[in-house]
Amino acid sequence: MEMPTPDAAVLAKKPRLVERLTAVLPEDAVIHAEREIKAYECDALTAYKCPPLCAVLPASTEEVAAVLKICHEMEVPVVPRGSGTSLAGGALPTADSVILGVARMNDVLETNYDDRYIRVQTGRTNLSVTGAVEEHNFFYAPDPSSQLACAIAGNIAMNSGGAHCLKYGVTTNNLLGVTMVQMDGTVVEIGGAHLDAAGYDLLGLICGSEGQLGVVTEATLRILHKPEGARPVLMGFDSNEVAGACVSDIIKAGVLPVAIEFMDRPVIRATEAFAGAGYPDCEALLIVEVEGSDAEIDEQLGLILQIARRHNPVELRESTSAEESARIWLGRKSAFGAMGQINDYMCLDGTIPVSSLPMVLGRIGELSKQYGLDVGNVFHAGDGNMHPLILFDANKEGDLELCEAMGADILKLCVEAGGCLTGEHGVGIEKRDLMVAQFTPEDLEVQMKVKDVFDPKWLLNPAKVFPLAASETRRAA
Amino acid sequence: MMEPSNEAELADAIRDASGPLRIRGGGTRPIGVAGAGEVLSTTALSGVTLYEPGALTIVVKAGTPLAEVQATLAAENQRLPFEPMDHRSVMGSAGEPTIGGVVAANVSGPRRIQAGACRDALIGVRFVDGSGTALKNGGRVMKNVTGYDLVKLMAGCYGTLGVLSEVSFKLLPGIAAKATLSIKDQGAAEAVATMSRALGSPFEVSGAAHLRGETLIRIEGLSDSVAYRSEQLAALLGDAATIERDPDVVAQTWEAIGNVAAFAGSDRDVWRMSVKPSDAPVLIDALPGAETMMDWGGGLVWASCAPGTDLRAVAPGIAGHRTLVRASEATKQTLGVFQPEPAPIEALNVALRAKFDPRGILNPGLMG
Repeated sequence: MEMPTPDAAVLAKKPRLVERLTAVLPEDAVIHAEREIKAYECDALTAYKCPPLCAVLPASTEEVAAVLKICHEMEVPVVPRGSGTSLAGGALPTADSVILGVARMNDVLETNYDDRYIRVQTGRTNLSVTGAVEEHNFFYAPDPSSQLACAIAGNIAMNSGGAHCLKYGVTTNNLLGVTMVQMDGTVVEIGGAHLDAAGYDLLGLICGSEGQLGVVTEATLRILHKPEGARPVLMGFDSNEVAGACVSDIIKAGVLPVAIEFMDRPVIRATEAFAGAGYPDCEALLIVEVEGSDAEIDEQLGLILQIARRHNPVELRESTSAEESARIWLGRKSAFGAMGQINDYMCLDGTIPVSSLPMVLGRIGELSKQYGLDVGNVFHAGDGNMHPLILFDANKEGDLELCEAMGADILKLCVEAGGCLTGEHGVGIEKRDLMVAQFTPEDLEVQMKVKDVFDPKWLLNPAKVFPLAASETRRAA
Repeated sequence: MMEPSNEAELADAIRDASGPLRIRGGGTRPIGVAGAGEVLSTTALSGVTLYEPGALTIVVKAGTPLAEVQATLAAENQRLPFEPMDHRSVMGSAGEPTIGGVVAANVSGPRRIQAGACRDALIGVRFVDGSGTALKNGGRVMKNVTGYDLVKLMAGCYGTLGVLSEVSFKLLPGIAAKATLSIKDQGAAEAVATMSRALGSPFEVSGAAHLRGETLIRIEGLSDSVAYRSEQLAALLGDAATIERDPDVVAQTWEAIGNVAAFAGSDRDVWRMSVKPSDAPVLIDALPGAETMMDWGGGLVWASCAPGTDLRAVAPGIAGHRTLVRASEATKQTLGVFQPEPAPIEALNVALRAKFDPRGILNPGLMG
């Protein structure tokens, strides 16, 4: 992945910039010493690293506004950063940019159980939002795998999903309002504790805009009462086709599980070796979870098991205790770690129509042979959001490039099948240059026009989302 | 009137337009200020493009009658999640609502509190912008964060940013059983307290409304589950709650609530107000001589009042937005139909409109 050459004129502004930033922020909130800024050189896409000009850690909306005003006046690019867990390089800096981290902004501002919302500063981690309302048996629904570490700011920037979004939706469906600072320092309130927009749905536009339209400092989030209980069932099948057909049949039958997770043989074997959850050694494995009271769960699982039996599963295991539920989930939850034990891996995130599942898995297998790289598949089958994990050796010359080329082919395959490049991780730098596979030049142009409205100088996270060639004239202006 | 029958013709019609266009689906939702201009109808852009019941998704052309979409889905025991309201009775309009009209006005119903609004189920759009360029955003899969979400922007922009040619939705399975719990003789404050208790429970309420002193709570799902949750909720809400289990009666009750049937057939103005539920009783108490009803657990207040009354002037400190849905053209001109936005937001709206419709020909003036 290529990044634009740093602008020497901007690099030369560093002393003056640091001086001005230090005037509006506490001294320890401006990080500019060379060995200290290295901490901000990458996010979770660790193959790419570049220390920024400096990093700032404002503690309030006012401080964010002051920082952006200065950067806007001095024409210095800004890269917003939540917790730095992006797998797409969403928070990767350039040498001529300021990292604006929201980590110090993690307060709960208001909880309201009657109206069912919580207002937080966006540096707060996803899981600690639920943590703040748990004593009243409420929770915040979107649950990305990185929820222990990832910040709400990043969730909003990438419109993050999770395992349970089949029932509860993704971030955009659970976000009620934001306080956002525009690049010129203007603070706007969009939405609030009420539902839907008065005019244009700017809230929906901001969510998923990858930090390119503004810096979201506060968020009003919908909270829900926890279900009475949840129970998973594990199903093993002889073939991906049969597992895929079973998913379709469950969906068609009128029950809506909260999660349908899919793992293929390479992942099943890896997790067994790593976590020993007692999974059967089969071609495809499904974990289906439903929620409710015991009787309601019985009613739903009764239907689901009936459907599964029609597909001749090699294993059908219904949990009968909290301990068994945890064991069923154990392998799935340790899948990424297990694959990481085997080798380095790249995690993809394309979405496909569920009906294309067998075809896409077949083609991924062919690509795996063609490139000589192993692939494991673990994903949210209910909504078609795939996470192929391509194994490679980072220390082997040319392996990363080979892996990236294979990843690009898989993502193009997702688009070809009627799906998209990214279901929940975002474009960042990772899928930036593949955008032309999904969008026409006109489709991309209208999106860039939206950025023109919010950030006319293209200073906010500028080298992301759009192919560099497509955004070049705007970034250079 | 222009009536393009495919997207290319739609693009030509817009590119070649020499003056303002009035975009029209079924014409059943005359919300917004009516203006001059040639009518551009989408009704010839009709038909289901792709329906995959096993993937819970459908793609349809924008001019397809809503009834046709619903019948197609019902045949597979599926449905649109957001229960779009039918404006015909309250607006006194006639015609056949189109799916594009539903999207353009982001029309939802009582189930919005549980299953989200139209904008939440909308996963993809094709549209033609004001310069006549055909564009797409989103797609036909449920999870998609590729590029900016212009899908949300198209929902509720009343055609002012582009004319829809095709829309995609995620769906939900059909409903096996339903019940309504009702508690009579509750004032607005008591009703909101009741609805908040129900919505704050684990029992998955799919409707919470209050009209004519009666608080109504809806439960839907598999039959045993509905029976269980109805009992649990009745116990939670107290002795006064009665349970209606006849599916036809339950359906009629919520259709009437969603369609605001109570305010049909009168000359009074009708306002639609989105507020934080706990603010609803305060707002309702402050409304002079207005008849009101609540949906969305109090988050949506409908009011009918004497023609020309400015309900935005009442308790203006209450956050949210107030839309003048039904009034004479003169009143709409005077009071404005949509909630005025704060200056920095309005500046963004104006700038967006200039990008999507540089000549200002798509429903100019409709949203103010």
